[in-house]
Amino acid sequence: MNGDGVMTRRIVTGLAAAILGLGIATAAQASGGGTVGERHWSFQGIFGTYDRAALRRGLQVFQGSCASCHGLKYIAFRNLQDVGFTEGEVKAIAVDYTIADGPDDAGDMFERDGKPSDRFPSPFANENAARASNGGALPPDLSLIVKARADGANYLYGLLTGYHDEAPKGVELMEGMYYNDAFSGNQIAMPPPLFADGVDYEDGTEATVEQMAADVTTFLAWAASPEMETRKRLGIKVILFLLVLSGLLYAVKRKVWADVH
Amino acid sequence: MAAPTMNNRMIKWFDDRLPIFTFMHHELHEYPTPKNLSYWWNFGSLAGIMLVVMIVTGIVLAMHYTADANLAFGSVERIMRDVNYGWLLRYIHSNGGSMFFIVVYIHVFRGLYYGSYKSPREVLWWLGIIILLLMMATAFMGYVLPWGQMSFWGATVITNLFSAIPLVGDSIVTWLWGGFSVDDPTLNRFFSLHYLLPFVIVGVVVLHLWALHVHGSNNPKGIDMKGPQDSIPFHPYYTVKDLFGAALFFVVYAVFIFFFPDYLGHPDNYIPANPLVTPAHIVPEWYFLPFYAVLRAFDFDIWFMPAKLLGVIAMFASILVLFVLPWLDTSRVRSGTFRPVFKWFFIILIIDCVVLGYVGAKAPNDPLIASQESVQAANDEYNACVAKADAAGKNGEEECDKPFFVQYVHLGQLTTAYYFFHFLLLLPILGRTERTLPLPTSISEPVTKGGAGAGQ
Ligand code: HEC
Ligand code: HEM
Repeated sequence: MNGDGVMTRRIVTGLAAAILGLGIATAAQASGGGTVGERHWSFQGIFGTYDRAALRRGLQVFQGSCASCHGLKYIAFRNLQDVGFTEGEVKAIAVDYTIADGPDDAGDMFERDGKPSDRFPSPFANENAARASNGGALPPDLSLIVKARADGANYLYGLLTGYHDEAPKGVELMEGMYYNDAFSGNQIAMPPPLFADGVDYEDGTEATVEQMAADVTTFLAWAASPEMETRKRLGIKVILFLLVLSGLLYAVKRKVWADVH
Repeated sequence: MAAPTMNNRMIKWFDDRLPIFTFMHHELHEYPTPKNLSYWWNFGSLAGIMLVVMIVTGIVLAMHYTADANLAFGSVERIMRDVNYGWLLRYIHSNGGSMFFIVVYIHVFRGLYYGSYKSPREVLWWLGIIILLLMMATAFMGYVLPWGQMSFWGATVITNLFSAIPLVGDSIVTWLWGGFSVDDPTLNRFFSLHYLLPFVIVGVVVLHLWALHVHGSNNPKGIDMKGPQDSIPFHPYYTVKDLFGAALFFVVYAVFIFFFPDYLGHPDNYIPANPLVTPAHIVPEWYFLPFYAVLRAFDFDIWFMPAKLLGVIAMFASILVLFVLPWLDTSRVRSGTFRPVFKWFFIILIIDCVVLGYVGAKAPNDPLIASQESVQAANDEYNACVAKADAAGKNGEEECDKPFFVQYVHLGQLTTAYYFFHFLLLLPILGRTERTLPLPTSISEPVTKGGAGAGQ
């Protein structure tokens, strides 16, 4: 009765192929448009964590170079405490923002300093205002951008470092557009946001465009998946537990079945 | 079938009035099960476990979710960020959908290989297909709830299919939507139904198990149990085996939840739904891709039947054909183990389904073999030729040869045709012509002769 064993093996191979095929399919459906390279990220892999220094620098880049156009509405200042900012630092960061609040007892809206429980305010009152200031294009909220693009971190890095001073020969840039390798269609309405020494890093790191791009990418990767470190840590425990449990259950199963034949 | 011995007087008192303990003892403990079931038989109980996992996580998610077109996306992000272990809950549920389908697809293909749909298990098989259809409806509506771009556009594309129905199609679509586009009313009814259908599934699963327990499980040899020497009690043999399988399965499931939680999803669903921006490629979840390929294989009209209607009919037919499978497969031998030719066609069918899934993920008119550049060049040449001929006062479209290149949709047509060929032509003929191997006289026979028993 060997046929059955052979069949089993064949089916397993078939299934493995199916799962692989799936992988290829998703990878392929993701591509389309620009070109993006690969980089090593601190948060990659099963033990990956967010590089704390990069997060701090990334926050600086976000505040200095992106926040004038992009919101980060799912992140509250207090969330920064989860990645090593002290309570005092968080308060100091929040206070620098003006938050619209109200109505007060008299029914009037008013403005006040930011508190740790506030979220990063969006730079524009609404979509129309955002478009009006950006030549008709809408700068998306960046809270989820790393999850909202295929291979998000590499894509974002590629986007920020993928600008050309001039479009390649033969490419006609539309009014108010910039040439970018990573962006699908290669024409983007966002002006190059990063310049060498565009921020003054608190830790003295040299602010090259690549450095800033990598740092803000790390920051936005955290903003998109703030649970990642907890998730991976718990995951390792859960999987180890399940493996041990499987082993024990296998032993029990062998024992229970020993008399059947 | 002796009644269980009950030491607890309370239990005995209760059981005398409603013999639920006796019932459970019969069905879950004594229940005589073939002794030779392989690990492919684990997937039924795994499906049941997944159903429970989905219902439990779903109910808790619903406590935090807001079904409102303006708030749904944000409420899901709140679950991910602010609810304690909300991310875990959501990732268990979202990946659970995929896991449930993997398990059920394996379960179904197990049935296809071992002929579990054949007499006397036709009704059991039907109930399974009904479960599959209900699962698909549930999963489709669930995917709409986070109200991302793929939610919205997936819902738009799929509900729009009903407009292919002659005469009343458009009215039906408006009725489904509760308006003139996918919008808040659509989201609300989908949420309501997404909550309801899993409990309908529970009901059908009960019937499925009832039907199963009338004749008992099929087995890798596909022959009936002939006496007590062929069976073992369900408990503890299969309870422990199912538990072991479940633990292993949960390892795979956990790898997805904790390390690749978004791998099976689409990045566009992290962009809030926007009726004004259509995504470049609208693709359903992976488990619908083969059906999506069948749907889109029809890019031509036949007589008065528009391509869209044909596609919809073919898509539903690809599942409905399973209902008549017990009569299409004319072979008297259940198990593929003893059907040397069928075996190969079974493998081809699996490959066919995988290729269909692959095609479903692609833009139908992308070139399959030729490079994008060479196609572009050929098209440019054609357009230039047309322009020149038109300028010369001739009919350019007649003068110039439109370049032909093989596209994904062609592969989709081939594999769709093969899918129906397998069920509608091959199985009826094969059952009559195939020379099957001699069947063992009983389940325990080869074992007592010292052969390697299949699975355990
Ligand atoms: C002057 C305003 C402005 C600044 C400053 C700016 N952006 Fe943008 N950004 C835009 C606009 C406008 C778009 C929309 C572009 C389009 O759709 O063509 C955009 C789009 C994007 C996108 C989406 C690209 C896509 O794939 O759709 C990302 C990511 C992004 N910006 C990141 C950043 C980062 C990171 C920074 C800071 C380093 C930044 N932006 C600074 C205006 C800005
Ligand atoms: C919610 C989904 C489902 C659940 C919970 C479920 C549950 C089960 C369970 C527990 C068994 C017994 C164990 C086994 O034999 O594997 C079983 C058997 C079976 N199921 Fe399902 N099932 C589901 C879906 C389906 C579907 C979609 C089909 C087919 C279209 C199907 C067809 C069968 C058949 C034919 C059997 C008998 C198998 C045999 O003994 O050979 N089931 N099911």
